[in-house]
Amino acid sequence: MSVHAATLDHESLACRRCASGIPAGRLALWWVVTSEIVIFGGLLASYLLFRLRHVSWGEEAAHTNTLAGATNTLVLLTSSLFAVLAHRCATQGDGRGASRFLRFTIALGGVFLIVKALEYTGEIHHGYTLLRGTFWSFYYVATGLHALHVVAGMIAMAVVSVGAGRGRQLQRVELVGIYWHFVDVVWIFLFPLFYIAK
Amino acid sequence: MNAVTLTPPPVTAPAPVRGSFWSRYVFSTDHKVIALQYLFTGMAMGVLGGLMAYVFRMQLAYPGESVPGFGVVSPGKYNSLVTLHGTIMIFWMAMPILIAALGNYLIPLMIGCDDMVFPRLNRLSYQIFLLSAVVLLASLAVPGGGFGGAWTAYPPLSSRGIWNHTPLGAPLWLLAVALEIVAFLMGGINFITTLMNSRAPGMRMHDIPIVVWMIVVASVLFMGSVGPLVAGAVMMLMDQVAGTAFFDPARGGDPLLWQHLFWFFGHPEVYVVLLPALGVVAEIITVFARKKLFGYRTILYTTFTTAVLSFFVWAHHQFVAGIDPRMAHIFTITTLLISVPIAEMIFSFIATLYGGSITLELPMLWALGFLADFLLGGVTGIYLGSSGTDIYLHDTYFVLAHFHYTFVPIAVIAGFAAVYHWYPKMFGRHMNKTLGHLHFWGTVLPFNGIFIPLFLTGLAGDHRRIYSYALFKELARPELQQLRVFATICTVIMLLFQTPFFINFFYSMFRGAKAADNPWRATTLEWATATPPPHGNFPHEIAVYRGPYEYSVPGRPVDFWPQHEPA
Repeated sequence: MSVHAATLDHESLACRRCASGIPAGRLALWWVVTSEIVIFGGLLASYLLFRLRHVSWGEEAAHTNTLAGATNTLVLLTSSLFAVLAHRCATQGDGRGASRFLRFTIALGGVFLIVKALEYTGEIHHGYTLLRGTFWSFYYVATGLHALHVVAGMIAMAVVSVGAGRGRQLQRVELVGIYWHFVDVVWIFLFPLFYIAK
Repeated sequence: MNAVTLTPPPVTAPAPVRGSFWSRYVFSTDHKVIALQYLFTGMAMGVLGGLMAYVFRMQLAYPGESVPGFGVVSPGKYNSLVTLHGTIMIFWMAMPILIAALGNYLIPLMIGCDDMVFPRLNRLSYQIFLLSAVVLLASLAVPGGGFGGAWTAYPPLSSRGIWNHTPLGAPLWLLAVALEIVAFLMGGINFITTLMNSRAPGMRMHDIPIVVWMIVVASVLFMGSVGPLVAGAVMMLMDQVAGTAFFDPARGGDPLLWQHLFWFFGHPEVYVVLLPALGVVAEIITVFARKKLFGYRTILYTTFTTAVLSFFVWAHHQFVAGIDPRMAHIFTITTLLISVPIAEMIFSFIATLYGGSITLELPMLWALGFLADFLLGGVTGIYLGSSGTDIYLHDTYFVLAHFHYTFVPIAVIAGFAAVYHWYPKMFGRHMNKTLGHLHFWGTVLPFNGIFIPLFLTGLAGDHRRIYSYALFKELARPELQQLRVFATICTVIMLLFQTPFFINFFYSMFRGAKAADNPWRATTLEWATATPPPHGNFPHEIAVYRGPYEYSVPGRPVDFWPQHEPA
């Protein structure tokens, strides 16, 4: 809580008040995550309803690259560990440490995207393109939308890590961490649904 | 948590008004300025949507003839006018006025705060909203014209350019709607966070004015329901521009999926706009009946019930779309159930009126007009919620008249009620009463004149999406055509009677009678500050001592007991 206690003079009354006991930034971020959950929820529910009616999609799913998916799962989980370590540094007031761990997280996000790109390349070369069938349309749209969230998270973390390195706005480290965990959890749903379930 | 400290608040001087026109009115982060930006944009879009209705109603009444001020309406133009009318009225008129304008204006003032928690996010949300409106209007000017697949955008028609003949208009429409959704998600997060965190000291859950509750519950409802539509919009966009087949049955897709995704959002959306309207009416009725709101907690819990139930009614839009009849039973039951909490709220309002000292000021007229007209909308909904009757009435003008009897009272009548009620606070002057009465009767009477005949043509079999009834022998009968002509004439009258409103609105802004800080002698916090409120709202931090509706309390010298007055 110590990072949240620091209020600035020019802060508005709205920002100084905290009737719920939860800092406004964290509260708002949870609402962002809520709205994102229903977006991915809608997409995955549509996919599942299709999948239950199309047994043949199991064969299509056999052509996704499970090894690449598993690697990426490991990469993302590790990156979340660094996000947590960054948060721990931030709560101890160590902005430079937080900034360093955030940069590790960003780097692993980059690794995720590289693996993803190689995976897409392989699939497209084997003829499993966006237009091959509805399974593949779902595959590219769901993983593509997720990859966009990875990019967004990396940009947000880059902005936050610059500030944190100068000891400013340390509470943001936690917020960007919550978002990154969310992106991670979405992948935890995508991986079994598109890679493991045959 | 939520500690109530009533120590003397620190004095914060309001920031002096300075800066250029641009920084004060265009790029301001003040919630009141942003609210007015939303209000003006919403009103401008509302006028545009109304004029579109004029054009296609003229086509229906006098098929094939040149419409004065527009010209001959081709079938393609007719489709895109109908589509844009629906889209604009829901997304660019009802939502910005009822949620964004009122929410922005009222939430910080009514909870005794100086601004939103995230003022810059608030400004960004308006800018994205404005951009979405520009994209929507631009879609009318691209080759092929504006999207013509109706505001529900059912595939397969909407999903491929070769079928809907608007290869550019359709994706632009989708983009505009997506941007609008982003703007309202940002605004909604701001509203919810502000209410949760920034209430004045002493304001407990049951001291929050109903209209604030309603707007915030509506924002939560929007946030919870719009996700699947966003997912659906992504799939639709991929179908339109990349050639995927999510909604194309010939290539393994399913057009019904879109109907589910759309109405999973679309039906809660009705309550997203209805709840703020009910909140406005609740505020106005207590003020002008000088009585405590009947059953505050009942209304509040009913609001939550409505919000939860509204997630389980969507498939009543699909009774004829080939859903399982057993499923239709379930959705019939949930649909009929949801009329219970709404009816209960209306009864609470009537109980508030009962025995009150009613004065028929302009806002009260509009609020009562809402109750009367919305009732008809609600009652006709019973026929459509029952799958048996809906199979006959589906996609006829009966449906159209039904939802206009809900949406027009919500967005137009309650919207005007709110404008007339808070106008003195917004601009520091009163609106002219004579012009106001002219506007009220000139709106409400023709409104009924438009849609009562359309109930009848719907029962006679008029399908909703027909360009010219002259092409259908059994529907081109003169007795039906006369009803259509009558509805069209009433549309023109209703539109013309908006002129006194706009004259009144802009004239009174500069020349109206000066308003006092609390002209309606109301109890809620927005009346506890100067009129119009300065940047920063309150001269010093305000505390709350009681509920929002303490009118005619026995033993008090005056008949209202403001929330901020110490006991």
